[in-house]
Amino acid sequence: MLLVPWIGLLYPPFYARLQPELWGIPFFIWYQFLWVFITVALTALVYRMRA
Amino acid sequence: MILWQALIVFVILFIVVLVIGLLSYRWRAGGEEGAEDEMSEWGLGGRRFGTVITWFLVGGDLYTAYTLIAVPALVFGMGAIGLFALPYTIIVYPLVFVVMPKLWQVAHNRGMVTPADYVKERFDSPFLALLMAVTGFVATMPYIALQMYGIEIVVSLMGVPVTVSLIIAIAIVALFTFASGLRAPALIALVKDSLIYITIIVVVIYVTTKLGGFEAIFDQVPTAKQNLPPEQYVGFSTLTFGSALALFLYPHAITGIFGSSSQKVIKRNASLLPAYTFLLGLVALMGYMAIAAGIQPGFYGANGIVPQLFTDFFADPLVGFGFAAIAIGAVVPASVMAIAASNLFTRNFYRQYIRQDISSTEETMVSRIGSIIVLIGAVIFVLIAPSQAITLQLFGGVWIVQTLPAMWLALYVRWLDRWAIAAGWLVGMAWGTYGMIVEGYAGGGLATLQLFGLSTKAYVAVYSLVANLLIVFVGSALARYFVSQEQTSYGMLAEEETKEPEGA
Repeated sequence: MLLVPWIGLLYPPFYARLQPELWGIPFFIWYQFLWVFITVALTALVYRMRA
Repeated sequence: MILWQALIVFVILFIVVLVIGLLSYRWRAGGEEGAEDEMSEWGLGGRRFGTVITWFLVGGDLYTAYTLIAVPALVFGMGAIGLFALPYTIIVYPLVFVVMPKLWQVAHNRGMVTPADYVKERFDSPFLALLMAVTGFVATMPYIALQMYGIEIVVSLMGVPVTVSLIIAIAIVALFTFASGLRAPALIALVKDSLIYITIIVVVIYVTTKLGGFEAIFDQVPTAKQNLPPEQYVGFSTLTFGSALALFLYPHAITGIFGSSSQKVIKRNASLLPAYTFLLGLVALMGYMAIAAGIQPGFYGANGIVPQLFTDFFADPLVGFGFAAIAIGAVVPASVMAIAASNLFTRNFYRQYIRQDISSTEETMVSRIGSIIVLIGAVIFVLIAPSQAITLQLFGGVWIVQTLPAMWLALYVRWLDRWAIAAGWLVGMAWGTYGMIVEGYAGGGLATLQLFGLSTKAYVAVYSLVANLLIVFVGSALARYFVSQEQTSYGMLAEEETKEPEGA
C-alpha cells in the first residue's frame, strides 16, 4: 500500500497534461497536490492497521 | 536605500530567535541521566522530542530557506520540471515510514549519535564509517553555505551591507548552537515555521487575488512551462526518485530523526510532514506568480524572484516579516547541519583516530567548537564563492546517495560485505562525480545516459547508485562464496535490534 504513491508519481505519462484544469490550475500541477493528501491518508491508514 | 521599517521588524524577530535559542538548553534537560551521556544531550536533544517538536524540527530542517528560494526559481526559469520537488517530498514519506523507525531503534539501543556510528558497528569497520562520515560532511558543507546565501539575498534586498549582516547572523547561530545544541533549532523551529506558514499563505492568497486568480496567472505563463514535455519524462522521474532517496540520508535529516523519542513519533511524522510538502507546492507556484507579475530577475537572478515578489506586493513592515521568515528559515537548518557535521567529525574521526579515551564531556566540547568552525567555514564559503556553493550542493545530492547501501540496505540484507560496500561507494562516487563534471552541474543534475541504444537525460545520482548497488551485491556474493563466515561482518547487529520492544 505504501508503494502506491511511488506508482502514481514516478510515471509522468500518467499526469503530464494540461486538462482538465481545476480553478484554472493545469492538471499536471493539481494532480501532484492531490497526492499529498492521498499519501497522508495511506501512511495514516498503515499506521492504524499496525497499531 | 535601506528599508527601515522592514529592517526593524526583521531585527526584532531575530532577537526573539536568539533569546529562545539561548534559553532552550533548559528544555526537558536530562539531569543525572544527561550528565552521563552529554553527547546525546547536546547533539540529539536527549532523544526526547515528541511528535510535535519532531514535526517542527524535521520540517524546519528539511524545507530550508534555500529550498523556498530555489524551487520557485527553478519553476520560474525552467518550468514544469522544477516541480519535481513536490513529488519527491511526497514519495519520501512512505520510505521514511518503513526505514527510519528501524534505524532509530538501533541508534537508540546502542547510543549512536551519527549515521556513521551505525555503519561502524554494523560492519565492525571504523574505516567504512569514516568514508560515510566524510561523504556526509562534504555533502552538508555547501548546503550550510546556501542557507547563508538565503540570508544574503534578503538582507541585500533590504539595502543592508551583506558581509556585516552575515557575520552577525552567523554569530547568533553559533552562539545558541554552542550553548543549547539540538534543542535550540528544535524550539526555534516553532517560531520559524509559524512565520513561514503565515507568510506563504498570506502571499499566495493576496498575490493570487491581485493578479486576478489562478486562471489569469496561468494565462500569462507560456504553455510550455505549465506541462512536462515527453523528452523530460525520464529526467523528471529520476530527479524525483534520486532526490527522495537522498533526502533522509543527509546527516542533518538523520540527526532530526535520532532526536525523536520513539518509533511512533517517526511513523506519525511520516503522515504529518507532508503538510510541509503542500506548503512547498504553494511556494513553487510563486514561480508562476512571478512570471505573471512580470518580475525581472535582478542581481541574484531567478533566486531573487520570491523576495522580489514580497517587495513588489507588500508594505515594508510585512516585507520585514516575510524576510525574517526566510532568514530564520535558514537559521534552523544551518544550526542542525552544523551539529550533524560536527558530530560526524567528533565521533567518527576525532574520537576514532585522535583520542580514543575521551570523556563524554570532552567529546561534546569538541563537537560544540566544531559546530562553530563549520558555521564560520560556511560563511566564508558563501562570501567567496556563492556560485560554487550552488554547484557543489548539486554534487552533494549525488554523493550522499552513495551511502544508501551502508545505511539502509544494511538494515535489510545480512550478508553485505564491508569491502563490497566500500568498492560500490568508490565507483558510485567516481562515476557520479564524473557525470556531474561533464554535464550534470550545468543541467541541474541531469546527464545523458546511453543505454541499449537509447539516449536519454537522467539524474546522475540514480544511475551512479545503480552501479554502486550492482558492485555491492556482486562483491558481497563473491565474498560470501570465498571468505569464511567468521571473517565477514554479517549480523553484527541482530535483526531483533531493529524491532520495537514489546509494550513500548
